[in-house]
Amino acid sequence: MLEVKNAVVRYGAITALHGISLEVNKGEIVTLLGANGAGKSTTLRMLSGLQAAQEGQILFEGVDIANTKPHNFTALGISHVPEGRRIFPQMTVEENLDMGAYSRKDSYVDDIEKMFIMFPILKDRRKQLGGNLSGGEQQMLAIARALMSRPRLLLLDEPSMGLAPMIIESIFQIIGDIRETGTTVFLVEQNASQALRLADRGYVMENGRIAFSDKASNLLNDPRVRAVYLGESA
Amino acid sequence: MNLPFIKKFSTKALIILISSELAAVVTGPPGNGDTPWVGFHDSITQKASFFGLFVTGRWALFYAIGIISYLAVHFFKKLNSNNSAMDSLRSQYSSVAKNKYFKLAAVLVIGVLAILLPTVITDPFWREAMVSQIAVFVLLALGLNVVVGFAGLLDLGFVAFYAVGAYATAWCTGALPMPPIFGSHVNPFFAIPIAIILAMVAGVILGIPTLRLRGDYLAIVTLGFGEIITLFANNLTGITGGAQGTKQVPHFSLHIGPLKYIWGLDPVPYYYLVIGFVILFIFIFYSLEHSRVGRAWTAIREDEVAAESLGINPLKYKVMAFAIGAASAGFAGVMTAAQSNFLTPATFTLALSINILVLVIFGGMGSIFGVVFGAIVIQTITMYLIHTPPAGYQPPDLYIYIGALLVIMMIFRPGGLFPARRRQRADVATSSLENSNG
Ligand SMILES: Nc1ncnc2c1ncn2[C@@H]1O[C@H](COP(=O)(O)OP(=O)(O)OP(=O)(O)O)[C@@H](O)[C@H]1O
Ligand SMILES: [Mg+2]
Repeated sequence: MLEVKNAVVRYGAITALHGISLEVNKGEIVTLLGANGAGKSTTLRMLSGLQAAQEGQILFEGVDIANTKPHNFTALGISHVPEGRRIFPQMTVEENLDMGAYSRKDSYVDDIEKMFIMFPILKDRRKQLGGNLSGGEQQMLAIARALMSRPRLLLLDEPSMGLAPMIIESIFQIIGDIRETGTTVFLVEQNASQALRLADRGYVMENGRIAFSDKASNLLNDPRVRAVYLGESA
Repeated sequence: MNLPFIKKFSTKALIILISSELAAVVTGPPGNGDTPWVGFHDSITQKASFFGLFVTGRWALFYAIGIISYLAVHFFKKLNSNNSAMDSLRSQYSSVAKNKYFKLAAVLVIGVLAILLPTVITDPFWREAMVSQIAVFVLLALGLNVVVGFAGLLDLGFVAFYAVGAYATAWCTGALPMPPIFGSHVNPFFAIPIAIILAMVAGVILGIPTLRLRGDYLAIVTLGFGEIITLFANNLTGITGGAQGTKQVPHFSLHIGPLKYIWGLDPVPYYYLVIGFVILFIFIFYSLEHSRVGRAWTAIREDEVAAESLGINPLKYKVMAFAIGAASAGFAGVMTAAQSNFLTPATFTLALSINILVLVIFGGMGSIFGVVFGAIVIQTITMYLIHTPPAGYQPPDLYIYIGALLVIMMIFRPGGLFPARRRQRADVATSSLENSNG
């Protein structure tokens, strides 16, 4: 479904991605792990057009999307939940969901109801301003808003960041449910153990390069991963 | 005893006292090198008149103004917080209809008052000011509100679009050295669409290269654009007439079959014409605010990156905001050119851009009702001070008064006199959060 070949991203003199390649197949949950500053968010921004790749190819369903403008990605079927959630603070929960469907021409009333079933807490908070939601509620709203465009590929940037273990648990459960509805998920995480238990495959990123990749179950037992990300001595 | 209450009360009184006395000192008589304290002393003790109503020491006068402004703001806040508390309780969708009727009624009442106004106001100064200094500024504030209030773009050179509209009118009617397109002595009515379109084109031309910039950078570029337009008007003597100004711009006139009417020196017919267009622009801007375009503007204003990744093209909507805002400024330019019959570049200054921005900030960024009201209030105060200056008032003092008013406003009512719905709701939301925590 998604294929990245030797993509290079530079911020001025700094090279953030030194030619990375990766692949996401339809129906999968693929996770991208890495330390702070490894280039995970840069990769995700590149996949949603917010950051241009200077070299390499990005193919989505066989079409090169490297030069597509960011506002055309929802129409393509790619939706990005950015780092830090970026909820519209002065809009209510409902208005935020409305904005998620901005690129759709058809009626999306049913979709809002679906979101309220998937995230019951949002239904209780429907008239509340986005800026007044708790961190966990904001994360749920960000995911729901991204789903409003009915993406085929959902890009998630550290959904567990700053949340309590209980909430992380339920968010990961929901990510599993989202895949069940047929949406492919590309998940950036630092919370390696939970991400790997949920994902089918994983990539590990170090200093702007893909260091290695494998099936998630193998990575979970890989001494390199256990040492660095799961806090065990090798 | 209720000590916390007294403490809170006296803190407020102290703040009002200090800020009023500061205003008294900065607007007071200057000292001189030999007796530097005299200016300070006189600023406090000198007698002054309150708009000619009563005479008292300056310190007391300014303190009174401080208390009155505080009470006014406090009262408005109460009114508004009641409204918006209800607003947040009511379901957004079910209340729309009810709200609409209330708004419609309010608008009708104001409309009737506006129509009757010239029968009440007979002083020629005020009849003139009503058109050229108040209604035209309402148009300008409405336009800038689209840019600053709706799309959240700080434009410090808005006067440029006003100038384009005015000079376009002069051009079409043959008042410029540059030959007009449709022969000379064209009725300014025909200039209206051309002036509006040219102002909008200027918006697009300025917008496309600069709206990629954000925040401070955009403000600086727009500031420069405003200055460039004035410089053009000043220096392209062969096209604009230069610093000497234009030739005579004709008045509006109507010749439809047997109907013949010429707008002359009497401002009242101009008043009705401009009110008609004010209503038209309010209607257009209100519809836009509540359309897909308005939602895109709000999203961009709140988080441009999020808006972009949800499928909104920020550049497109920002350029649209510039062009649409420029339209009403362009029309304001037609009015000014046709009514005053004569243009010079000296009208279109940076100070005027700032003046328009003050109207928008004072009235409430993003609130159509607010900016109309703000423009009327500030321009009326300005005109009053020019018409009947209080004892000791010097024309440059105006900016000190307006500045002080704005500072007080920002302290007590940062969203403006009538804050936009969103900014208002933020108030309620934070206070309900405080309640639930405490
Ligand atoms: N806009 C930018 N301009 C310059 N350098 C940037 C920019 N954004 C990111 N970088 C740099 O690129 C590198 C990768 O950043 P990125 O945000 O992709 O890391 P990350 O893996 O998402 O880290 P984290 O886990 O902390 O979010 C970092 O060295 C960062 O400093
Ligand atoms: Mg990151």
